[in-house]
Amino acid sequence: MHASLIEILRAEKPSAILGSHGLGDESTLIVTRDHLLDVMQWLRDDPRARMEVLIDVTAVDYSEYPAHLRQAVSPIDEDSGNSAAELPRYEVVYHLLSMSRGHRLRIKVLVTEQDPHVPSLCDLWISANYGERETFDMYGLQFDGHPELKRVLLYEEFEGHPLRKDYPQRGYQPLMPMPELVNYEGNDTAH
Amino acid sequence: MTASIHALKQTAERVGDDMIINMGPSHPATHGTVKFVLTLDGETIRDMDITIGYLHRGFEKMAEAGTWQQVLPYTDRLNYVSPLINNVGYVGAVEKLWGIEITPRCKYIRTLACEISRITDHLTSLGAGALELGGFAPFLFGVQAREVLYPIVEELTGARLTTSYTRIGGLRHDLPEGFGELVESGLCKVEDLCTKVDQLLTRNRIFYDRMIGTGVLSQKDAISSGCTGIMLRCTGVDWDLRKHQPYLAYDELDFDVIVGQAGDNYDRYLCRMEEVRQSIKMIRQLLKQMPGGPVNVKDWNVVLPPKHDVYNSIEGMIAHFKLVTDGHQVPAGEAYYPIEGGNGEVGFYIVSQGNGRPYRIHVRPPCFYAMGILKKLCVNHMLADIIPTFDTLNMIGGEVDR
Repeated sequence: MHASLIEILRAEKPSAILGSHGLGDESTLIVTRDHLLDVMQWLRDDPRARMEVLIDVTAVDYSEYPAHLRQAVSPIDEDSGNSAAELPRYEVVYHLLSMSRGHRLRIKVLVTEQDPHVPSLCDLWISANYGERETFDMYGLQFDGHPELKRVLLYEEFEGHPLRKDYPQRGYQPLMPMPELVNYEGNDTAH
Repeated sequence: MTASIHALKQTAERVGDDMIINMGPSHPATHGTVKFVLTLDGETIRDMDITIGYLHRGFEKMAEAGTWQQVLPYTDRLNYVSPLINNVGYVGAVEKLWGIEITPRCKYIRTLACEISRITDHLTSLGAGALELGGFAPFLFGVQAREVLYPIVEELTGARLTTSYTRIGGLRHDLPEGFGELVESGLCKVEDLCTKVDQLLTRNRIFYDRMIGTGVLSQKDAISSGCTGIMLRCTGVDWDLRKHQPYLAYDELDFDVIVGQAGDNYDRYLCRMEEVRQSIKMIRQLLKQMPGGPVNVKDWNVVLPPKHDVYNSIEGMIAHFKLVTDGHQVPAGEAYYPIEGGNGEVGFYIVSQGNGRPYRIHVRPPCFYAMGILKKLCVNHMLADIIPTFDTLNMIGGEVDR
């Protein structure tokens, strides 16, 4: 079922697929960023896929991942011009579920550090809204076309994006500034 | 955020004919720490700004610092009214990635633990929901029923809430002696108390009026917004992971998936009530069909060796030492393991770099996505309807904010 779905997609949209592996409900598909919306819309609407639910959106920062093991998590095609050892730093991970067909699929998009932009899926699924906001909050990835891309779990004044690997385990955040003190004598601010 | 800070300075402010008020973060009529900034036209909500994250503790970041086993206690604190379900979900994800097949007895005990937790979760939601609508007695009965179950959980795991019961490849220990009778006597009490709650609430005029037709969620929105569990089933979608993608021992049990119709608060209430009864039915079956045999897999790379072997054999001692200091050597790769939690699909997405420490652990909390649709359920409805809608959504701060 999953293997055939991946085959269909590879036949329908050959330029969109950078790699895949089919392991039951752990099937993974790496999609190019330019074709993400197209592929997602196809997966949602095509009767052979019927992925009605975007279950989850998240990302992974692979900057500290051992390069020789990357193929295990990013099954990139050898003829796609990419080598598994030199893949971009971030991957946005989408989990899709088809309730009518009872299958699942994982979609990944590679995102570089220099150009951290991904098209937003808010027009396709409502759940993309909160999922993408959280990913932005934790990784600082920009989802283009998102109606209100702002922090969701952290507060607005938070500095940095904590799930990036270069954010320390014990990070300290600046405290809120003190409000300006007023001298009741009517003069300038207190000493 | 700017609007909310502004609104914080002036608790009630008029903008044209609309009034902006703050509700929360610690509102007496919401269980869950969340702030709403509401734009009201009379008593009708025109706009709603939802702020979550007050209980954010950085679970996913902390999880990257320890070994695979050290993550387990953090999962207790995700959904703190049904911690056992999180325990089972987390170790299930690690076992899936590692390809470990757990023993039949372990499957049954884990299923049993999940179902006990589901009852405590639903009872909390039902009881607290009634309290916030002014019904104090149903809350006391609900909490009393929960207090019947917590000692059972304590007997099983050693703690009421912070259970940490599961282990990768097995469980902390087998069922205690006489556990079946203990559960059975507890279930009878829970059934009685549930009947009392049912009699007090289900056809109560005030409760009925507050619940029916409020917070109506359409099927289309429920699917599109990633709602799972009761939020999805109340709209009439027949989807329950326990039935449709069975894990653990659920495919050997006889139970019904409870599906609503209207998608309103009353349906969600009825679904929860009925799911408690289904869970009780399942627990009885589980106790009856409980297979014998070991609870842990026989592999010292996965499960700590028995103490006798640790103290009396060099292999046992080394295995213990390696497992504790280096952690479980989970092969490189990734896995997503979804299970049916109290509020919907709890999914653990894990990435391993092939050593004893997790590279990335992500939790898919069901309420987080349900919070994304809350605004749509409340806007253009009455202010008072927020309370039952937010109650039946049953947001658990520990899980949403992580």
